[in-house]
Amino acid sequence: MTHAKRRRRAILAAAPWVFTLGFFLIWELLVRATGTSTFVLPAPSLIAEALWQFRGPLSLHSFHTAWMTFAGFALAVVFGLLLGMALGASRLVHAGSYPLLVGFNAIPKVAVVPILVIWFGVGWLPPVLTAFLISFFPIVVNVATGLATIEPETEDVLRALGASKRDIIVKVGIPRAMPYFFGSLKVAITLAFVGSVIAEYNASNFGVGNLMARASADFNVPLLFAALIALAVLGVIMYAATAIVEKRMTGWAQRSQMASA
Amino acid sequence: MHPETFVQAFVDIHDVTHVYAGAEDGAPAVEHMTLKVREGEFAAIVGPSGCGKSTVMKLATGLQFPAKGTVIVGGEEVTKPVKLAGMAFQNPVMLPWRTTLDNLLLPLEIVEPHRSRLRRHKAEYVARAEHLLAEVGLAGQGSKFPWQLSGGMQQRASLCRSLIHGPKLLMLDEPFGALDAFTREELWCIIRDLHAEQGFTVILVTHDLREAVFLADRVFCMSARPGRIIAEREVDLPRPRDLEVMYTAAFTDIVHELRGHIADARQAA
Repeated sequence: MTHAKRRRRAILAAAPWVFTLGFFLIWELLVRATGTSTFVLPAPSLIAEALWQFRGPLSLHSFHTAWMTFAGFALAVVFGLLLGMALGASRLVHAGSYPLLVGFNAIPKVAVVPILVIWFGVGWLPPVLTAFLISFFPIVVNVATGLATIEPETEDVLRALGASKRDIIVKVGIPRAMPYFFGSLKVAITLAFVGSVIAEYNASNFGVGNLMARASADFNVPLLFAALIALAVLGVIMYAATAIVEKRMTGWAQRSQMASA
Repeated sequence: MHPETFVQAFVDIHDVTHVYAGAEDGAPAVEHMTLKVREGEFAAIVGPSGCGKSTVMKLATGLQFPAKGTVIVGGEEVTKPVKLAGMAFQNPVMLPWRTTLDNLLLPLEIVEPHRSRLRRHKAEYVARAEHLLAEVGLAGQGSKFPWQLSGGMQQRASLCRSLIHGPKLLMLDEPFGALDAFTREELWCIIRDLHAEQGFTVILVTHDLREAVFLADRVFCMSARPGRIIAEREVDLPRPRDLEVMYTAAFTDIVHELRGHIADARQAA
């Protein structure tokens, strides 16, 4: 019984590795069997080679992209928190600015990059600002939701004691909005990453996006794929970092069996 | 003349009609309602569901203001939240990010003079909270988070929170409604003892007639919406009351009489 259980657990633990390796193995075999050109789809072995060959520039540009993403994300957090609180606390601000926000959010942010280039030129500002613009919306919406969904009874208890609106927001609204806020960070960091890479591709002379633009011009397909791998790794690290922060900050909100399973 | 009219009422709701601002049909929740509760008295309001019982709570605590009529609490007309009230609801509404003890201290962070004293006299207030917890049978549970407690324990903690700032008026809105029968009886005894010991005024809103008669000095029956008081019954069973009193003929008679009023009210609706 216990032996079978342990075996099953070992298989479960090995599964991600086996599946990932299997994925690349099948890819490699397919490419070799069909004789696909490197310009269309390079084999994983070739991509690995490119990763190693360009490890210097790749890590340098990755680091730069991470910086751009993080700067835009940090701006989004500050701005998103402030705007979200204003929206959640005041029905007037909510009613007035919500359509504007939704409209703004509907614009594909790639379309904003040319404008940013006209304003700020090619450089580090367009990636940071694109990352910011693309990622603040989920933070605003989540913080506002957390504030706006205080239980009416909690509010009654406090108001009957003579609590001011500010008291209620500080004592209940903000702590209550924290799980929503940290939950939105996972979405926001992913979006910020998209924003910075897009802007780097179009309007920067540094970063993984820019590296890809140049590799594309040179038809260096293995390097393009190597850059994709670098982006994937970077994205996973950033996502995991925010997930860890979320777990540490709002443990009280993740007590259900479903969340821990 | 009825003897009550000579005594100054602590809660005096006089000819009140109230319509909620958001009410779609504009129909009043309560209409021409008059109700007097003396200081230190335990009053219960019973009625069919949706009759505006909770509206009475909101009017008496200053969370809502009447469209017509006057509400006087503690000798003053209610024009803002009354501050001398404590409230407990069917849902214990504990804040999940605070420990039980910190939840209890929450009212003290709002109400003066405690608000400005809390930081410097923290130990004194913590002792008071722990004393209250011990009284409701939650000794040593203060460091747990509310979601680590059972429903009955959370409701006890919620009672403690409503009493921590020493309110003169305790408003209970079906606080035992979601509990099992045995836990409910335990909590009846707890609130009975707290009331006997501290002498605050209580208004209990409930749909459980036995609960109302067991706990209250005076029971008000409300009609179906729009709510009015259709009957007032003094419960003259001697105190302290034991749970056994519920199996006596005198007790059953009162419950039976009140049940008649409620049945009439439901019929009229």
